[in-house]
Amino acid sequence: MAEFSLPKNSRVQPGRHFPAKGAKKPRTFRIYRWSPDDGQNPRVDTYEVDLASCGPMVLDALLKIKNEIDPTLTLRRSCREGICGSCAMNIDGTNTLACTCAIDACDSGDVKIYPLPHMPVVKDLVPDLTHFYAQFASIKPWLRTQSPAPARERLQSPEERKKLDGLYECILCACCSTSCPSYWWNGDKYLGPAILLQAYRWIVDSRDEDTGARLDDLEDPFKLYRCHTIMNCSRTCPKGLNPAKAIAEIKKLMVERRGM
Amino acid sequence: MSARDVVVKDRRNALKIARGLGSSQSGVGHWWTQRVTAAALVLLGLWFVATVLCLLHADYATARATVARPWNALLLIAFVLAMFWHAVLGLQVVIEDYVHTRWKEVVLLVAIKFLAVLGALASVLAVLRIALTP
Repeated sequence: MAEFSLPKNSRVQPGRHFPAKGAKKPRTFRIYRWSPDDGQNPRVDTYEVDLASCGPMVLDALLKIKNEIDPTLTLRRSCREGICGSCAMNIDGTNTLACTCAIDACDSGDVKIYPLPHMPVVKDLVPDLTHFYAQFASIKPWLRTQSPAPARERLQSPEERKKLDGLYECILCACCSTSCPSYWWNGDKYLGPAILLQAYRWIVDSRDEDTGARLDDLEDPFKLYRCHTIMNCSRTCPKGLNPAKAIAEIKKLMVERRGM
Repeated sequence: MSARDVVVKDRRNALKIARGLGSSQSGVGHWWTQRVTAAALVLLGLWFVATVLCLLHADYATARATVARPWNALLLIAFVLAMFWHAVLGLQVVIEDYVHTRWKEVVLLVAIKFLAVLGALASVLAVLRIALTP
């Protein structure tokens, strides 16, 4: 059966507490911690951060904790402006990017921060995305053509280019896929919303000549049809994209080419 | 078991695992049939509820006569077939989603098909007996 409770060695324990003495504007962050090296269960550490000397975003608070309170806190981050997708994590119960999530926008009370759900954890807030990236590679996400390469660019009309809007912006942060219950239970085979949105990005590209083969590769009860239109993907996408719609469009093309 | 133990047991590379057994080239038929039977059930369901409401305070003979009317018998059989077909498609998805012990999954997938066919045949037989008995 699908696992609805955590195995014994994954149950989260209460952790350490780091109070902020003399803080002008304290805010409490409760952060998931797990290290592969100490044989301990995961725990939730509590950090009090003085927002008077902290930037406005959750990533600012995390870096302040790492720099000034607890250097062992482990997380991924790079661009700090929502374009690299590295700092995707579960903040306040929603998958999003720590760098574009304002501390003020979190619910009042403690800010709870966990790694992306249902992924193997490398350490603390760093999930193992190996399988996710391999699934991306499996859809061959590049321009596939048969006609010989032209001497100049492959041209595209403004209308054709417009079809890529809402798709090309995806940064593969994995927020959507790891918010999807179908991906939690069957992520070994189901491609998940992020990869299906990327697949659709190549299916609708006017310059790509391998549409049929792309649809062939997706036509599968598990790779595509595990999507049950739960829509967590579209609700959580930090870039405001709509993976659920992309998946629906793929399903429509599947029906279109076989007849009803 | 930690993530590391899994890595040691499984030396296939990540792309090999992600590609798995490839695409089965099916699924669209299942998906479309589920939607078509759902549309049929909306119409047939409305008819069924209306018919049952009309029989609320009727006696046995009236109910029997209603079912025996050709149009009613036809629509009742259509309703029952669409319902079992739709149910078995839906249950199949639920089992594939949640039952991950292979033998249990296979047993359940076959069992629901047997039960659905039996249920459908029994229901059709029941309607036909009423409709065709003078």
